[in-house]
Amino acid sequence: MAVTDMPNENEKPKVRLLNDPKFRSIIFQALLVAFLVWLVWGMVSNAAFNLQKAGIASGFDFLGIAAGFGLNFSPFLEYNSDSTFLDVYWVGLQNTLVLAVIGIFFATIIGFLVGVARLSNNWVINKMAYVYVEVLRNIPLLLQIFIWYKGVGAFLPAKRNPADLGIFGQLNAAGLFAPKPVYSDGAGMIPLALLAAILITFFISGWAKKRQIATGERFPVFWTGLGLIIGLPLLAYFIFGQPISAEYPTVGNFGPKGGMQVIPELIALILALSLYTAAFIAEVVRAGILAVNRGQTEASYALGLRPGQTLRLNIIPQAMRVIIPPLTSQYLNLTKNSSLAVAIAYPDLTAIFAGTALNQTGQAVEILLMTMLTYLAISLITSMFMNWYNSKMSLVER
Amino acid sequence: MKKTIVSALGAAAMSVTAFGASAATLDDVKAKGFVQCGVSQGLPGFSNPDSAGNWTGIDVDLCRGVAAAVFGDASKVKYTPLSAKERFTALQSGEIDVLSRNTTWTATRDTTLGLNFAGVNYYDGQGFMVRNDLGVKSALELSGASICTNTGTTTELNVADYFRANKLEYEIVAFEKADEVVAAYDAGRCDVYTTDQSGLYAQRLKLTNPADHTVLPEIISKEPLGPVVRQGDDQWFNLVKWTHFAMVNAEELGITSANAEEMKNSDNPAIKRVLGTEGEFGAALGVGNDWAFSIISQVGNYAESFNRNVGPDTPLAISRGTNDLWSKGGLQYAPPIR
Repeated sequence: MAVTDMPNENEKPKVRLLNDPKFRSIIFQALLVAFLVWLVWGMVSNAAFNLQKAGIASGFDFLGIAAGFGLNFSPFLEYNSDSTFLDVYWVGLQNTLVLAVIGIFFATIIGFLVGVARLSNNWVINKMAYVYVEVLRNIPLLLQIFIWYKGVGAFLPAKRNPADLGIFGQLNAAGLFAPKPVYSDGAGMIPLALLAAILITFFISGWAKKRQIATGERFPVFWTGLGLIIGLPLLAYFIFGQPISAEYPTVGNFGPKGGMQVIPELIALILALSLYTAAFIAEVVRAGILAVNRGQTEASYALGLRPGQTLRLNIIPQAMRVIIPPLTSQYLNLTKNSSLAVAIAYPDLTAIFAGTALNQTGQAVEILLMTMLTYLAISLITSMFMNWYNSKMSLVER
Repeated sequence: MKKTIVSALGAAAMSVTAFGASAATLDDVKAKGFVQCGVSQGLPGFSNPDSAGNWTGIDVDLCRGVAAAVFGDASKVKYTPLSAKERFTALQSGEIDVLSRNTTWTATRDTTLGLNFAGVNYYDGQGFMVRNDLGVKSALELSGASICTNTGTTTELNVADYFRANKLEYEIVAFEKADEVVAAYDAGRCDVYTTDQSGLYAQRLKLTNPADHTVLPEIISKEPLGPVVRQGDDQWFNLVKWTHFAMVNAEELGITSANAEEMKNSDNPAIKRVLGTEGEFGAALGVGNDWAFSIISQVGNYAESFNRNVGPDTPLAISRGTNDLWSKGGLQYAPPIR
């Protein structure tokens, strides 16, 4: 009968293994993986063979050798004449990250300000922001770095005649000599106090929210938190006998000596990178805000929200969803652009590791590989963080 | 930087394909019809282009000598200006045939880079230059100074050693291009400019006001500068090495570009061997028998090259000193051609 002749739907159709789509796809994928592994292995072993044949040293042993050259900027890590090439790597990475983090910080602030100014109803502010964006983003970044370093830098006072900036230290052609914090016993209590203040503020804010939902009473969380965050560390500072003091630069043979030297290369790079990237971020922010329907604003007003509240509670949270993905790529751009530091002698990863260390050891393959993987890792981590933040900010459908 | 990356990619490409820079450089050079010579990006006296793009200098003369030996025509050279950082990669990857770029011969460079140094065409040492108004008379007074230098040089290492040995503090500011170092020093970013002493004299000419700067008396290192070739190609290595030796031998025997032609009739067998009228030394090097004659008649002997480029009558005004012939108390000594 026709019905019994129909193949059972649960039973697998009897086909040859070779024609089974599932089996075939597994086979093809396995073949592809095997091919890729063979290709990579072939490249690595071939490179190793040829390097050996050409008499060029290879391997990673050089990382343990003393580098033997000096570096003029290492804010956190210790670097001296005994340091190895591995230390050079870490110092380079540190300097790249310092530059990227400070650059991203300022680029974000300036970018948001300019982006909002672009939408201002005030004609002057609006046009100023427009000119800023069009000028800054259309001049090549390398040129901007040179303008800040060589152009503006040429007006810095001579090394032995620094400009006195009072509590900010002294400024001359060798950079800013800022007061350097000196820590004595008990200094560790101050960050602890700050941490405690932040935790208490979080706790209070949670409690206040619950109480408001339950009783409708409001609590001034912002002012309490601000008081705690400033007050507690200040209290700790005086209780433990003022353990942090400042070491001001003194007069040396060749200009200011001591203190914390912020080299002009870093200042020029931060200015150039953050102002340049801010122009792009401004456009991202403007696009994000424009993407929120005008009806949202009208609805907020209809509900009785004030313009500030409308922006903070309604427009910005929705705009952020549009802003974050392109903002991420601007952050990545800034980080990668920081390698232009090599042009003006800022000791970043590219300059001192993929540059000086490479030249001193001659191990191009190993060093460029390490450098590329490092930039890749930095970018992937930034991107992971921004994706996490994006998913947090994205629309939660109920 | 770009060149480094290109060369590195070249190195990567050579890892996949066969060995890019084949062993027989001489055959390659003969086939393409010119010598590709790696030089500096502009160091007066050593390798420097004039306004018409013609390169001159003591390092350039060596390349022209090699071309004269191979082709009998010293003009068959193409120049690749390289930064200190790019130079070795460019040679390793086969981008250039010979590196003649005031490069210091050191153990590390000779043994780990897959390269060989083919002699010393200039004996140098590292020095310091300061502004007169600092009132500094000795390098030992430089504690706390900012020092401008080139990255990827022995200079950078020597300075670290010297300041450590003498327990002096310093701030190093290292640029990739020599021009940037000079510009930064001129702009007052640094108090001191350090490089090989010959380089200090040469670069001082580029400063806004050369008379305001003094080269300090201390020489803190040995800097034997010479041409470099790839390791594992002895024929090419020999040719470059003997090009320099031929120029030194010519000076010793009194052969100059002016009298080379008539010297062919000399009775002195040593002169006859150099000029190829006796013996088959050219064939052994893989070039024509008049190889040394071509070098001397077209480029000149070592003294001519020295005096023309860096000698007392040039703006650099460097005396022969250690670069004089061994017979006159200097270090230039060439094995005999026999």
